[in-house]
Amino acid sequence: MAARFIQKIVNATPAASRSYSSGTKKVTLIPGDGIGPEISAAVQKIFTAANVPIEWEAVDVTPVRGPDGKFGIPQAAIDSVNTNKIGLKGPLMTPVGKGHRSLNLALRKEFNLYANVRPCRSLEGYKTLYDDVDVVTIRENTEGEYSGIEHEIVDGVVQSIKLITEEASKRVAEYAFQYAKNNNRKKVTVVHKANIMRMSDGLFLRCVRDMAQKFPEIQFEEKYLDTVCLNMVQNPGKYDVLVMPNLYGDILSDMCAGLVGGLGLTPSGNMGLNGALFESVHGTAPDIAGKDLANPTALLLSAVMMLRHMELNTYADKIERAAFETIKEGKYLTGDLGGRAKCSEFTNEICAKL
Amino acid sequence: MSMLARTVGRTFMQAAAARSLHTTSTVRATDNYGANRTTCTLIPGDGVGPELVYSLQEVFKAASVPVDFECYFLSEINPVLSAKLEDVVASIQKNKVCIKGVLATPDYSNVGDLQTLNMKLRNDLDLYANVVHVRSLPGVKTRHTNIDTVIIREQTEGEYSALEHESVPGIVECLKIITAKKSMRIAKFAFDYATKNQRKKVTAVHKANIMKLGDGLFLRSCEEVSRLYPRIQFEKMIVDNTTMQMVSNPNQFDVMVTPNLYGAIVDNLASGLVGGAGVVAGASYSSESVVFEPGARHTFAEAVGKNVANPTAMLLCGVKLLRHINLPTYGEIIQNAINKVLNDGKVRTKDLGGQSTTQDFTRAIILNMS
Repeated sequence: MAARFIQKIVNATPAASRSYSSGTKKVTLIPGDGIGPEISAAVQKIFTAANVPIEWEAVDVTPVRGPDGKFGIPQAAIDSVNTNKIGLKGPLMTPVGKGHRSLNLALRKEFNLYANVRPCRSLEGYKTLYDDVDVVTIRENTEGEYSGIEHEIVDGVVQSIKLITEEASKRVAEYAFQYAKNNNRKKVTVVHKANIMRMSDGLFLRCVRDMAQKFPEIQFEEKYLDTVCLNMVQNPGKYDVLVMPNLYGDILSDMCAGLVGGLGLTPSGNMGLNGALFESVHGTAPDIAGKDLANPTALLLSAVMMLRHMELNTYADKIERAAFETIKEGKYLTGDLGGRAKCSEFTNEICAKL
Repeated sequence: MSMLARTVGRTFMQAAAARSLHTTSTVRATDNYGANRTTCTLIPGDGVGPELVYSLQEVFKAASVPVDFECYFLSEINPVLSAKLEDVVASIQKNKVCIKGVLATPDYSNVGDLQTLNMKLRNDLDLYANVVHVRSLPGVKTRHTNIDTVIIREQTEGEYSALEHESVPGIVECLKIITAKKSMRIAKFAFDYATKNQRKKVTAVHKANIMKLGDGLFLRSCEEVSRLYPRIQFEKMIVDNTTMQMVSNPNQFDVMVTPNLYGAIVDNLASGLVGGAGVVAGASYSSESVVFEPGARHTFAEAVGKNVANPTAMLLCGVKLLRHINLPTYGEIIQNAINKVLNDGKVRTKDLGGQSTTQDFTRAIILNMS
């Protein structure tokens, strides 16, 4: 342990923002609503069994009324996130029409989360119609169609603005190529519709093109959004890392999740300027909450992504292997995967495999 | 010789059909030529378009279909050879029907236009409704089976507005326009289509949770129209969920109605599920005219001249055309031949896992017409 600690200090570059004051790192945990608490507990249990050197700091993000009279995330949660720089989050429910912003959106703003990363890989042992999927979708997360600038010019005519900026496009492009490089990926495909939106998508395309020249070791290709949709369902093996503006990323990441078995199996990470937040993107499933039936795989794999981000690769590999093996064996599968096991049985089996 | 025998045989068969036909050339010579013939505008398009259109013309010729083509080469990537857009538009307005290959849309323009030629054509003719009927084909092996979905896409506004500007260097705004008028129009088209074709359900695809005003307006318009059609079930679905459902359980969809961009996404996705861009036909409707074109628009430019493209989509466009101009007997003949060739599986183009050429396939269709 001591040796490991020293090695880390030696390796840490002065520019690194993370400080290694002790061997264990603190991670903010937002258990979430519905099935959130159960699956968070499952992940914590597995991490304890694997002796991962991190300390959880669970925070409550139930909105409170702030000094300005508006409902928002409690200050304590924001502070925790800002000091730890890393968070893991279960599903959050956004109450409709309660007069406060979506918590997801608030967290995104707070952390300055600019890129959403979703690896989708076919799981052995859970058979879907597509068995050779291994793609990573990287989505620009701050602008595009989701700029939220809309207005009704006259009655019955609405104008929504899709905003593309050079800064944000370059940022996500750089992240995509860096990700490909760090994760030994071969190819980055930029997904665009610059033939129709010649200026906006054109700008995005040019930014990625320029960035591609800085990473000559990574293969680069440009594809139209419709071509990717068509080819993805015919031959998903054609693609590796995909980088795209906000809306296309939203659509394609969900579609790819559909190829491998749904949102219950796909992890997701959000990279930001002020830190990174890893989350499961499925819903809160209030109908099975508290019944010990939920599948913690998505959150667990998100946590594994988080470990890789923290450069705790050995732990990440160990946990990932145990999880995949458990699914492959198929003895302890939860209901959504066609099994009959409880969440706790599935968790225990993974712990046993560690 | 055998060819002639077949043609003669077919003539007798068709004579029995309600419509009076004159198919063999000798008969036609004595008849007043052109009396019952239809003229159709033909735009071969870019990429493999001309090869596919040639295949269609061969098949039409072999079946003695009484349709004449008025051919215009329209192209954005080859502006020197391209016909004038006004001429093409005038021709389609006169003929009311058109067969069109796919036009390549480069991501730059020689004259700095933001609108593509495709958009201009659609706007000039007001081809507001694009209908793509995605169906699993006999004999084509795909992951999903029994898909039968109709995707109806608004294609004159939305993201394809070509209204873009660079406010300051490095910041670009692109306007997406949604209007109540056009949303109502497409919704009505979708419900009318569903009624006419005995469909049960219409699904509106949107992203109103994010684009609350724009997609919200589209959704509200669909809801409003749906109330006028109580016998047709109405359902709404967010676009990302739609794509996920589409790849995992495509059989749940019946008729879908979408704004412009989502339509392009769903069209291509669905086409991928049943065998790719080479096998799905589509049509764009205005209140006056119809343009038949492949459902998933890919020029397949890398295959030009290689004689490998699959002409099925284009032939199915031809079948649709024949049904539309009330020549269903001819349509049946070609449709049956396509089904037979695909079902036999002996002659298959590369995209369906075979080794046959475009020409082989076309010949097989002609031989199977009876």
